[in-house]
Amino acid sequence: MFASNSRGLALQLSNHLKRLQSTLVLAEHNNEKLIPITQNAISAAKKIGGDISVLVAGTKCAPVAAQLSKASGVSKILLAENDAFLGFTPETLTPLVLATQKQFNFSHIVAGASAFGKSVLPRIAAKLNVSPITDIIDVKAPDTFVRTIYAGNAILTLKSKDPVKVVTIRGTNFEPAPLEGGSASTEQAAAGDYKTDLVQFVGQELSKSDRPELTSAKVVVSGGRGMKSGDNFKLLYDLADKLNAAVGASRAAVDAGFVPNDLQVGQTGKIVAPELYIAVGISGAIQHLAGMKDSKTIVAINKDPEAPIFQVADYGLVADLFKVVPELTSKL
Amino acid sequence: MARVLVGVKRVIDYAVKIRVKPDKTGVVTDGVKHSMNPFDEIAVEEAVRMKEKKLASEIVAVSCGPAQAQETLRTALAMGVDRGIHVEISGPEYETLQPIHVSQILAKIAKDEKADLVIVGKQAIDDDSNQTAQMTAAFLDWPQGTFISKIEKTNGELKLTREIDGGLETIKIKMPAVLSADLRLNEPRYATLPNIMKAKKKPIKKLSPKDLGVDTAARIEVVSVEDPPVRQAGSILADVDELVTKLKEGGHV
Repeated sequence: MFASNSRGLALQLSNHLKRLQSTLVLAEHNNEKLIPITQNAISAAKKIGGDISVLVAGTKCAPVAAQLSKASGVSKILLAENDAFLGFTPETLTPLVLATQKQFNFSHIVAGASAFGKSVLPRIAAKLNVSPITDIIDVKAPDTFVRTIYAGNAILTLKSKDPVKVVTIRGTNFEPAPLEGGSASTEQAAAGDYKTDLVQFVGQELSKSDRPELTSAKVVVSGGRGMKSGDNFKLLYDLADKLNAAVGASRAAVDAGFVPNDLQVGQTGKIVAPELYIAVGISGAIQHLAGMKDSKTIVAINKDPEAPIFQVADYGLVADLFKVVPELTSKL
Repeated sequence: MARVLVGVKRVIDYAVKIRVKPDKTGVVTDGVKHSMNPFDEIAVEEAVRMKEKKLASEIVAVSCGPAQAQETLRTALAMGVDRGIHVEISGPEYETLQPIHVSQILAKIAKDEKADLVIVGKQAIDDDSNQTAQMTAAFLDWPQGTFISKIEKTNGELKLTREIDGGLETIKIKMPAVLSADLRLNEPRYATLPNIMKAKKKPIKKLSPKDLGVDTAARIEVVSVEDPPVRQAGSILADVDELVTKLKEGGHV
């Protein structure tokens, strides 16, 4: 009797706390379409509980706002279209978020732990005088989060003592929220003069590829130092095309100039968790494993039977990659 | 010429396989090899190169942590930094020290030292936070250049190449500014023995957070630190045919 009462009380309390939560999600987009990690961030916001608003700031917001207005679980879209947000610079976005925070007093401010989220959120947190929480993999309670430290070799559960929780989320640990079934209202975000002469966006040089995007691909084929040259990556592109896979790389392959930096998988590159990860000519250093060891199935192809990658691989092939990769491609 | 402040952190060496404490309060650090955070070596190297190119007049390295943080400062001094500032923080206070505290310390020192540029690594490989540059810039109200792989200095401005998700981005920012170094910014030099000897004579000033007016009260409570789930041992396959079979069974092809 007593036990059930106290449980009832706890439940009541937790519902009450959830009602008090209100989360602002910072949408990441390119003025044309939403970047998918935003959908994962919305899911994390749902797990926190409470009301969810999404802020869309940019030089052109209409297409993204239209996409987001149908996102399930989102109650409000805040629009901030302004030339000042060219290049999504943290120096211009921070005052906007602060103005929005002043207006609505959110308990949580959330974004994906992408290059964008990692640049902007700590700046916002400092201005709010709170300690941000990077790259969470789970939400235990509105104030309790789980994240990895030491290149994924330890799992830290922490309780934030700050009044506002500023959090970036690891996209691969939260399902993307569907962009359907919702009906959010749209309103203008706090107006202001967000221009600054401190920073000027000059331009971007993006790697063009027809393959799926690395962090959200179902299958990833990655090459390491064992590929020996950039030209040999053609073998992996052929295999990737057969599997509709994205292509990744170890730091060694990037440093050797085989492929561009943005393909790097690891502690300091991208974190991926595909259904299938095929590591080719990659030894499996701690720093690389940090970026891929949550993959569902890992296949390693390496001629060194002692390579640490075999300790995490579900299936290993101890063989010369130059022989077996073309063979695998032809047999698929 | 710019006065440059670099932040350096003493962390468990990148090659060490860390162990979680049995009581789940943290990881074992006693008797474990420590070194300078690899990204901070890149930050120091960049500052030293700026001085060699006569773009920087003086380089000051700051490290926050227990007494051993001085070893990390000595390494920076041996690489070419002019002098060090050790902000001593130890014990339980150090256990819950967060980038917010370090950023407040760096911002205060940047002002006191009249720095034009603060350079730190993009992240420390222990807490993997990736916050300090951004927060230091915010506390100073300076622009930030994060994940930088190239710096070009033009009069009073910096043209920066940033590593972003889809490739590279170029921005121009006004000085004073805060930068965070990415892996590709440079190849850090090794400290030579004569330089290590010379570094012993370079000054290191000792300060406390209190001297700087920074409150290091804990912002987080560590609930637990645990081992990640262990992957089940896999199998070594005989040939490509067997791999194709397994991939088919798993529904991957």
